Amino acid sequence: MTAFSTLLYKELLRFWKVAFQTVLAPVITAMLYLLIFSHVLEERVQVYPGISYTTFLVPGLIMMSMLQNAFANSSSSLIQSKITGNIVFVLVAPLSYLEFFAAYMLASVIRGVVVGIGVGLVTVWFTELPLMHPVWLVFFTALSTGILAALGIIAGMWAEKFDQLAAFQNFLIMPLTFLSGVFYSIHSLPDFWQAASHWNPVFYMIDGFRWGFFGLSDIPPATSLLVVAVCFVAISGFTLLLLKRGYKLRH
Amino acid sequence: MSAAIRVQGLVKQFRQVRALNGIDLEIKQGEFFGLLGPNGAGKTTLISILAGLTHATHGKAEIMGFDVARDYRRSRRALGMVPQELVYDPFFTARETLRLQSGYFGIRKNDDWIDHILDHLGLTEHADKNMRTLSGGMKRRVLVAQALVHKPPVIVLDEPTAGVDVDLRQTLWEFIRSLNREGHTVVLTTHYLEEAETLCERIAMLKQGRVVALDSTRNLLSRRHEHQACLTLDGIPPAELGLKAGAGGTWVYVFQEYAQLEPMLTAIRKAGLTVQEMQLAEPDLEDVFTEIIRNS
Repeated sequence: MTAFSTLLYKELLRFWKVAFQTVLAPVITAMLYLLIFSHVLEERVQVYPGISYTTFLVPGLIMMSMLQNAFANSSSSLIQSKITGNIVFVLVAPLSYLEFFAAYMLASVIRGVVVGIGVGLVTVWFTELPLMHPVWLVFFTALSTGILAALGIIAGMWAEKFDQLAAFQNFLIMPLTFLSGVFYSIHSLPDFWQAASHWNPVFYMIDGFRWGFFGLSDIPPATSLLVVAVCFVAISGFTLLLLKRGYKLRH
Repeated sequence: MSAAIRVQGLVKQFRQVRALNGIDLEIKQGEFFGLLGPNGAGKTTLISILAGLTHATHGKAEIMGFDVARDYRRSRRALGMVPQELVYDPFFTARETLRLQSGYFGIRKNDDWIDHILDHLGLTEHADKNMRTLSGGMKRRVLVAQALVHKPPVIVLDEPTAGVDVDLRQTLWEFIRSLNREGHTVVLTTHYLEEAETLCERIAMLKQGRVVALDSTRNLLSRRHEHQACLTLDGIPPAELGLKAGAGGTWVYVFQEYAQLEPMLTAIRKAGLTVQEMQLAEPDLEDVFTEIIRNS
């Protein structure tokens, strides 16, 4: 347990020591999104009856920030350790692949949540957010950030240079998060893109998370939770398999 | 009593390259053991398998009786490894680095031992500096300290003095020797053969993934019987004396027994020459190493 808690502590310390970059910067970015989109669309768009566009936007922005930062934490930590070579300190230690996985995942989930809370606190000045189903929020937060943390571990293991990691982030993670209904309801999309959105697991994360606040969603929240849970199990299982084999970590 | 390190039929295949080609090796507890070989001989691959960084293709490796694959937790607790590359985590200070490394090995409160290591490696005044700000030599010392935080019975040092100053070498070897006297097994790879000759009781030489020599340092040194006399003469010796031209106008006489020296000096005098200066050279590990690697 000490080995696991030490690795977790080290991962938390790692991002906390550069909190300007890892926490404050994404909060500011989310605030800028909110400023610009709410200024432009507040009077023109109303997705759910009785809910202003700014209010609609906030849960999606919180979830998007949490997801991107959960991914960034595990992926950047691993690739930095691999490239600088200090991953060896963890690899020679008597840590199991399960402890390795749990520490990297939990640290990433915590960073995601810290950023999410930061974004939530900043948005207090813009709108008042209802809180209809807080327990569901906890489930969606834990599972969704867990999925992105696991994807970050996979990307960190797979990438051999920062360029490859940037490709993973820019060509997979960013499109999935941006095209998931953060800024709109999928009902406003043409039929093809509505159908395509149902293949995007991030859509279910955002939609279910939003239901936790408003009690309103594009699809039933239980369906979203099921999809997210299945994705979590599948991606975590795949990550554990790679870690057990020492994929690109142990030769 | 189990061996500190036991390796049987160890093979490692990296795609087209066979880095280890059936290594058998046993290192006793408390030994100061040298692992020598040219670049690409397989030394680092062998160490990596022992440390769990690399999976063996075939064969078996044990640290203090614990299989490195099946019983990896106990085998890793028994081993402290100093890697060849100068690696560090730029987010932390030297002390934080050592506390974290202790934690990875399941040790929570380890400050007394950490202070002891820092002191013996001359790191106390640098303990709270960020790793990025330390010099190469200081970073190397922290790497050694990291390998020792969990007081492992077996310490493997993969070229620990590569590119470091004389001061660190002396400090480091003094400390490692004291650990060896306390019973720790030390395995050393180095390109500085004089270090291996001075420190190691036994030596294995590797070439192309095979052990080509394994013996005590004394026995290895005695394998080469040739002595050399480097002579400065006041003229050119006749060819029939068999002296070879050496550096700086000297002449080199190679002989097996010291009894051969006097007849040669007599022959030089008979040729009308005078010996102005003479230096005798004993064979060292470098000569033995070169000969073994060339002939194997």
